[in-house]
Amino acid sequence: MANIKRSPWLLHYDGSSCNGCDIEVLACLTPVYDAERFGVMNTGDPMQADILLITGGINTQNQEVVKQLYDQMPRPKVVCAVGVCACTGGVFKDCYNILGGADTVIPVDIYVPGCAARPQAIIDGIVQAVELFQKRSEEHDALVKNKGKEAS
Amino acid sequence: MNMFIRIIAYILLAPIVGGLLEGIDRKISARMQRRVGPPILQPFYDVIKLFKKQVISVTTGQSFLLITYLILMIVTGIMFYGGTDILMCFFVMSTAATFLYFASVVSSSPYATIGSHRELIQMMSYEPAVLLACVGFYLATGTFNVSEIAQSQISNIAYLPGFFVAFVFILTIKMRKSPFDTSTSHHMHQELVKGITTEMGAQNLAIFQITEWYENVFLMGVIGLFIVNSNPISIAVAVAVVLVTYFLEILIDNTSARVKYELMLKMSWMVTLFSAGVNLLVLMLVQRGGA
Repeated sequence: MANIKRSPWLLHYDGSSCNGCDIEVLACLTPVYDAERFGVMNTGDPMQADILLITGGINTQNQEVVKQLYDQMPRPKVVCAVGVCACTGGVFKDCYNILGGADTVIPVDIYVPGCAARPQAIIDGIVQAVELFQKRSEEHDALVKNKGKEAS
Repeated sequence: MNMFIRIIAYILLAPIVGGLLEGIDRKISARMQRRVGPPILQPFYDVIKLFKKQVISVTTGQSFLLITYLILMIVTGIMFYGGTDILMCFFVMSTAATFLYFASVVSSSPYATIGSHRELIQMMSYEPAVLLACVGFYLATGTFNVSEIAQSQISNIAYLPGFFVAFVFILTIKMRKSPFDTSTSHHMHQELVKGITTEMGAQNLAIFQITEWYENVFLMGVIGLFIVNSNPISIAVAVAVVLVTYFLEILIDNTSARVKYELMLKMSWMVTLFSAGVNLLVLMLVQRGGA
């Protein structure tokens, strides 16, 4: 079983965040925290991403976008909601245009609370997401293998 | 017999050497930015992961075109390390690059299309220097044959310093390094997502990555050809020069911002004209004087 958790590529999507969490996400890649030492790469391309990082709540305009980004990512994939807005809607929860957290449109695996979420918390969330990514990958491999057996 | 060993060594070792070079590249880049950086084997982890992901292909033709790109690039390297015509090597390399263009543009994604158009402009920028390098080798040695060029009495760089400068300059374009990484890059650029590789995911991207490794090893071979002569010690010198050149590329990558395509075209043609062109004139004059 190949160890694929060494190479998690992130797709960062800013929902309706106030940019506080986005700056903290980018702070994880700076020399102080250097998430790249775990093989983390921040890719802008959903087709190449493994982990979807969402900041900010879901509103009526971006719900289709988030759904599409999730669908464009190849399996196995993990979703990580960063910040309290992406978890529940946060202070914007009762706004007329906010539907709630990221889990209102796509299945979320890891919740990283905080306003704004600290880089330590985000990296901890990514580490947990990576563990889950490895598990999902093994399940995916088993699925592909069984399909191959059925076909032959 | 020796030729077959070299060809088989190229086919088997080029991806390993290319991957290691990229790993060292990422580590040195990280150190230059005062980061710890990923492990040296990181590019291999990435490619293994990409092969295990679900394949989502926008068009069925894309995989075929990318595999053709890979095979043609391997053929280029085989021809070069097998010691055949250097002119032919570069023609096959250009054909391979055209297949990459098709593999990207066939997806009809706007980002990939912009990226592939920029790839064509990049080809326009580096092609003159590449062809002039072939001409230079011919003028210096009287042959296009790689194995005969490698057997010359003194290193060809003595006759071709200008051609060497021009070739190292366009190597930045060919290796997709900043400031000339307009079509795609290893870093995230939101303005065109991932450029030419935007619509390549999973194993398609892995094939692209492996082809890049083959290509880099081939290009490093051409750099080495400037140094190698009939003396076996020159091979060690050539390896050292290749490593220094690679380090120079990493340094340029980390210290410069990307430029617009007009400037890239102007700069690369200017450098080609003034360093390779002047070298060419001097070489022709000297040879006429000698004869």
